[in-house]
Amino acid sequence: MAKTPVQFTLNGTHRAHFVDGGANLLDVLRREVGDLSPKYGCGQGTCGTCTVLINGEPHLSCLTLAESVEGKSLETTSGMANGPDLHPLQRIFMESFAAQCGYCTPGMLMAAKALLAGNPNPTREEVIEGISGNICRCTGYEPIIDAILQAAVELRSGRVA
Amino acid sequence: MIAVETFPSIDQASSALTGDAIYLGGGTLVMRALNYGEQNFTRIVRSTDPTLKQIAASGDRITIGAGVTMAEVMASPELSFLAPVARNVGGPAVRNMASVGGNLFAEHPYGDFTVALLALKGSVTLNGGGEQEMESFLSSRSGFTEVVTSVSLVRPSERDFFWKKVSRVKPKGISVMSIAAWLPQSGGRISGARISFGAMGATPLRAKSAEAALEGQGLDQSSVAAACAAVRGDFQPPDDALASGWYRSEVAPVHLRRMLLGEGGR
Repeated sequence: MAKTPVQFTLNGTHRAHFVDGGANLLDVLRREVGDLSPKYGCGQGTCGTCTVLINGEPHLSCLTLAESVEGKSLETTSGMANGPDLHPLQRIFMESFAAQCGYCTPGMLMAAKALLAGNPNPTREEVIEGISGNICRCTGYEPIIDAILQAAVELRSGRVA
Repeated sequence: MIAVETFPSIDQASSALTGDAIYLGGGTLVMRALNYGEQNFTRIVRSTDPTLKQIAASGDRITIGAGVTMAEVMASPELSFLAPVARNVGGPAVRNMASVGGNLFAEHPYGDFTVALLALKGSVTLNGGGEQEMESFLSSRSGFTEVVTSVSLVRPSERDFFWKKVSRVKPKGISVMSIAAWLPQSGGRISGARISFGAMGATPLRAKSAEAALEGQGLDQSSVAAACAAVRGDFQPPDDALASGWYRSEVAPVHLRRMLLGEGGR
């Protein structure tokens, strides 16, 4: 069966790929593009570790039909760092022990990035709501919430790494 | 391999929805089935028709395009009464994907939004203009083969609409049950009460005994107590991994009372 051509922007770079019929975006990113930052977790929209940003909004790449992102702008965790400098969210996650096994971290970072883009000064409750679609089985969430709040302060003060 | 057919108009998509094809809206149901190898289809039909995204108010009713997402419901000033309902669907990523039309077909423990539509005298509009009342649609949705283009519902006043989702995990958890009520009042008396529950049967269902107990009454401790006593007879809820049917029967009156009297927050 013929493959379908899809073009999109991934972390600012134009990409063009042929995708299988019914392929989900996560498989295309990992297998065709080679971006291994989004992870496969539950495959049913529960865990959030496959979260990517599509036109700035969080989406679950495992439940996104790959060809539906034609012409759209995608962001993944692999595009967050600026050369050797980690994004403040990444650095503070690391410094604050907000990642343990790390499997949820790409999705958490994407959810947090989208939250802070729309709400630079969130309350603790708003952070909890912002990451409510992302499951972490290691940290108990508190270090993650604290890291996002700390990153919000840093980003507001303009200390962008 | 699955064949994907994308059409610019919903008319074209509807015509293509034949045989072993399935319609893809937000993707949260169809793509999940694909990921788990549970698909009973070989073709996916979808449409980019902009009419699926329309929200239009007319008189005392409002129409929501089937492709409107939960996030778009939350962002719409005209749908502010439904914002708490949409907020109870998934997390932010799911809400950017899950559509009003897809929620109609989401089986328990999902599909909470449709519980509210049932209470709000909802109906579904089929491609071609036909309309089906929500109760009728829900009773036959498992064999449904047409394309829903929009839903229509009443626009309640803020004081007349009630919503509660009961889940074990906050802020995002699948529902042990969900409850919606539309209790329009005239001269201090309820007229046309509609109460619906999710997770108390195979589809969202109305609590008709509880509705009858409130009809013609004021909304107060006494009438709510009567409705809560009556609701026990409205359902034979199922056992599942979230709760037993016995548990659901026991707590349904408690949550109905809390919702209607504003106990523990609405």
